[in-house]
Amino acid sequence: MLPPDKGQAQKFRALRARLESLAPQQAAPVLRELAQRVRRDDLQMIHRARLGHIGGDFSVIDILVTLYAAVLDVDPLQPLAAHRDRLVLSKGHTAGALYATLARCGFFAHHELETFASPLSALNGHPNRTKVPGVETSTGPLGHGFPVAVGIALSARLQGSPRRTFVVLGDGELQEGSNWEAAMTAAHHDLASLFAVVDRNQLQQGARTEETKQLEPLADKWASFGWEVRDVDGHDHAQLLDTFRRPGSGRPVCVIAHTVKGKGVSFMEDQAEWHHKVPSAEQVEVALQELSA
Amino acid sequence: MSSQVAQAARLHDCRKAFADTLTGLARRDERIVAVCNDSVGSSNLGGFQAEFPGRLVNVGIAEQDLVGVGAGLANGGMIPFVSAAAPFLTGRALEQIKADVAYSQARVILCGQSPGVAYGELGPTHHSIEDLSWLRAVADLPVVVPADPVQTAQAVRWAAAHPGPSYLRIPRIPVPDVTPPGSPFQPGRALRLTDGDDVTVIATGTMVSRALDAAAALAGQGIQARVINAAFVEPLDADAVLGAAAQTRGIVVAEEATTTGGLGAAVATLTARERPTRVHLIGVPRAFAPTGSTAFLLEHFGLTAEHIAAAARDIMAHGRD
Repeated sequence: MLPPDKGQAQKFRALRARLESLAPQQAAPVLRELAQRVRRDDLQMIHRARLGHIGGDFSVIDILVTLYAAVLDVDPLQPLAAHRDRLVLSKGHTAGALYATLARCGFFAHHELETFASPLSALNGHPNRTKVPGVETSTGPLGHGFPVAVGIALSARLQGSPRRTFVVLGDGELQEGSNWEAAMTAAHHDLASLFAVVDRNQLQQGARTEETKQLEPLADKWASFGWEVRDVDGHDHAQLLDTFRRPGSGRPVCVIAHTVKGKGVSFMEDQAEWHHKVPSAEQVEVALQELSA
Repeated sequence: MSSQVAQAARLHDCRKAFADTLTGLARRDERIVAVCNDSVGSSNLGGFQAEFPGRLVNVGIAEQDLVGVGAGLANGGMIPFVSAAAPFLTGRALEQIKADVAYSQARVILCGQSPGVAYGELGPTHHSIEDLSWLRAVADLPVVVPADPVQTAQAVRWAAAHPGPSYLRIPRIPVPDVTPPGSPFQPGRALRLTDGDDVTVIATGTMVSRALDAAAALAGQGIQARVINAAFVEPLDADAVLGAAAQTRGIVVAEEATTTGGLGAAVATLTARERPTRVHLIGVPRAFAPTGSTAFLLEHFGLTAEHIAAAARDIMAHGRD
């Protein structure tokens, strides 16, 4: 298990405390700046490793950054504290987004990102729970994270713990039937402490979700399974923060976060080919400029 | 045999020992929960549910969810016993077992009920003969096959205390008591039930009593068979296997599972590498079973004391001097 970066973790604690006291509109610029840093880190990681899933990374980064920096009760210095909130990244192929976020929070040293996907690195192409602090379950094959998150939320219920559980799902991933098994279980048990966040970027590996296997009407599907559904702009940090802070109605909450695959880099946005394409040196330069604006 | 009627009275369905032991543990440890897929009855967990209604999670007929939920409960600090019919638990949810449980090292106890050909006439969809091959191939997952109620209780207690995941294959075909009182139960340690230096029979689960019957028959023919109960198919007791290879003429392996990758394959692989010897595998061939009762299928596939004894005699006839 990688050790924490103590200095960075202290800074993260301070940031977390500051953001907690701010209204969503005030917190948003700070979260946006942090998310752009995470995108730049991820871009360079992927370029160095010649491997990664940059499109889905960039669609989910605003969600992950908002959750880690301003919502989750987690402490990088005690990553296994029993009372911690849990985040399960079910779309495990966007490990790069998670690693870059966790490093910014101090869960491990930033320089570890340079080892991404290299031989014997803790940072595999998909997150490994036994090696990377902050990773709650090893994911990669799709449709796995949601049932695990349901089990975590059930454990909190059994223990009378107020901790919350968030599972971040890809939209294409919802074609896996195991998700709907989990959705039924969560609703049956009224797991109000569980949030399922759908990264609705409309694209899967080869094409649009609606061309591949239609998900719409997606909100109606969740509602019919007994979930409270909230639609948000998945790149609007104020909206994300507001929706994650707002208490639920006693049912589990599905946040459909409308996003753009490749968000933040003009030539990657909404292009299926950038699912796992690796940028050239010239493209990295252009992307870094756009992400620094 | 005149003793058959008397013996039948002393046969046990190991699910009772499983449920009684689990319920006893749950009384002392609040972290113990049972997770089922509409399998409360077939796992014999009605008593557990009556005593701890809040600690039995029934996810309905949904095995992927079943194993994932188990992994999540473990993440949250509970000790989940995930119990379902072995074919569906290990077949339908194999990827969850690999990724969510073994690779994530979630402390989940997977309990495969009614394994092997216990479901008889229900047919190959309901037989669980592949589970030992599948799960032996998964890293960092002990595979435990108790032989009688004593070992079933030991396996449940061991798994509850073990800090990582495990797979328990709970026999349903009635078995007699085969474990001497006070026998140890440790990973990587098999139990020698009879001494003998002519030939060895390594058996697991429901085949252990048949191996003992075979040894008794062989003794009458002047052949001293060493019977070893390998409850831990993984990790295997390499010392016991290599000792048998060195000290006896050869090894018969008997399991109520396919011979493609289970206990027999483990023994054959180990001996081929470390100490080549004659190894005869008794189990289900790589074939779907025809229609028939459990008793018919055991006979059909040669999972009998007679067949084990014949294999041992064959080794005595052809094994090295």
